[in-house]
Amino acid sequence: MSKDMMPSFELYQPDSVDGAVDLLSDAGDTGWVLAGGNDSFDWFKDRVKRPAAVVDLGALDELRGVRELPDGGIEIGALTTLTEVENDPLVRERYSVLADAAGKVASPQIRNTGTLGGNLCQDTRCWYYRYGVDCYRAGGDSCYADSPQGQNREHCLWGADRCVAVSPSDTAPALVALDARMVVHNADGDREVAAEDFFIGPDIDIERMTILEPGEILTAVRIPADWAGATFYFEKVADRETWDFALVSIAAAMVVEGGTIARARLAAGGVECVPRRLSAAEAAVTGQPKSEETATVAGQLAVRNATPLNFNHFKIPLLQNLVTRAVRDA
Amino acid sequence: MKYPEPKLDNGSALRELGSARANRRQFIKGVIASGAAVAGAGMLAGCGGGGDGAVSAGSVERMVRLMVNGVERTVDVLPNETLTMTLRYKLNLTGTKLGCDRGECGACTVLVDDVSTYSCSTLTHQVRSKAITTIEGLESPDGTLHPVQQAMIDELGPQCGFCTPGQVLSAAALLQTNPNPTRDEVRMALSGNLCRCGAYDNYTNAVMRAAQNA
Repeated sequence: MSKDMMPSFELYQPDSVDGAVDLLSDAGDTGWVLAGGNDSFDWFKDRVKRPAAVVDLGALDELRGVRELPDGGIEIGALTTLTEVENDPLVRERYSVLADAAGKVASPQIRNTGTLGGNLCQDTRCWYYRYGVDCYRAGGDSCYADSPQGQNREHCLWGADRCVAVSPSDTAPALVALDARMVVHNADGDREVAAEDFFIGPDIDIERMTILEPGEILTAVRIPADWAGATFYFEKVADRETWDFALVSIAAAMVVEGGTIARARLAAGGVECVPRRLSAAEAAVTGQPKSEETATVAGQLAVRNATPLNFNHFKIPLLQNLVTRAVRDA
Repeated sequence: MKYPEPKLDNGSALRELGSARANRRQFIKGVIASGAAVAGAGMLAGCGGGGDGAVSAGSVERMVRLMVNGVERTVDVLPNETLTMTLRYKLNLTGTKLGCDRGECGACTVLVDDVSTYSCSTLTHQVRSKAITTIEGLESPDGTLHPVQQAMIDELGPQCGFCTPGQVLSAAALLQTNPNPTRDEVRMALSGNLCRCGAYDNYTNAVMRAAQNA
């Protein structure tokens, strides 16, 4: 790994969201949105991505902080750091699953500069892709991970379509479980997209992880009131206790009334290119007592149809156990 | 067969080594300076070369004022320059170490507005308006060491010492927000700093002692 300067680029620090969108629209494919930079600079230093115009959103204070919405939900600016999300009193009180997920990201220093928006929009960690090989995701015509010798221990159980990379984000499954809305800004203004639809797999576009196109930025995340104060569970399993990406993570939001699960949303990270909504398990637990038995069934249903690669079979029992724990222990 | 005895002249060998070292250092600095000039020329050409006026308007100025260790420093910073590069090679603050240059080791940790930050994964232009503290700026003006620094000495915290500036700054940031941490809280606060010597327990001991003494 080189330790010289990263290749040169133009750096812009617009003072308005519209200014940022103008710059990014003009730059098109040669533009790059910079938030905390933890993902971006690795790409630049390794010469794998070489944007001409880097647009630093750091001066846009309106994209920071947590605000209460009139309906009782909250809005979190995309530039709010993960440390701020983890420690925010409103987030902790109403949506602790998100605070827990943010607190599990990487290391303290990365959480101090890493933003919620950046954590959601970061690129996948498939090391073949990040090494700069000409794989499908990089515009080439092969997958190095899903090959007889490919090391694919960290790769997907579902949604393989030429590419087998997974969503690396810890906060993404939490936001899918919370039924959050992503606020996307472009030259035409704002639009809201459900968290579930914000992330896309290789079947939709193999070169992107989200619906964001050049000239668009994620400005905020809105979490609806109807999950405030629900029963939550988040667990991340990685090779190390800290500073690592999830092998599998689970986020659960449940409304439990008199021992019965009235509503539930479950999402898993690290098993598909998008945070995987576990709809079958949700349907199975809804209306059922919150018990060991219900939890066991949920775990079994969650891994149905999983298609492992050569080295990631272990993710099936891992996900099953995490779902069981989430329903039982939340 | 007998080989001729080598002539040993340690004095001159050391002198040569010394001058080689100086040359190497000057050479590296020269490369950095010329690299800066080349990259800068490209940037200026890009800015002036009939580009879109609206695009150029937001582009960063290279001459910036940085508040480092309580002193305002004027420095010429490239758009693609990390804070580590600026601190080490422009401001000569070599206490900040460059380990992995990828946000994976923590040796480059500095405080930005009292928050621990990987300076290798921060552009200097991102922190223009912030107060930067490096290991050189942690002691009091009268030379009294920061409690964490003193505790590191008392507990023989470091082994080789390369990761120590980062560990000290992470610990100092922790004690500012949490003056009486538990051992586990210290371990978590230092979890973004690797130590190849494995002196983690010694570091934890030192931070616990610093918390008691502070």
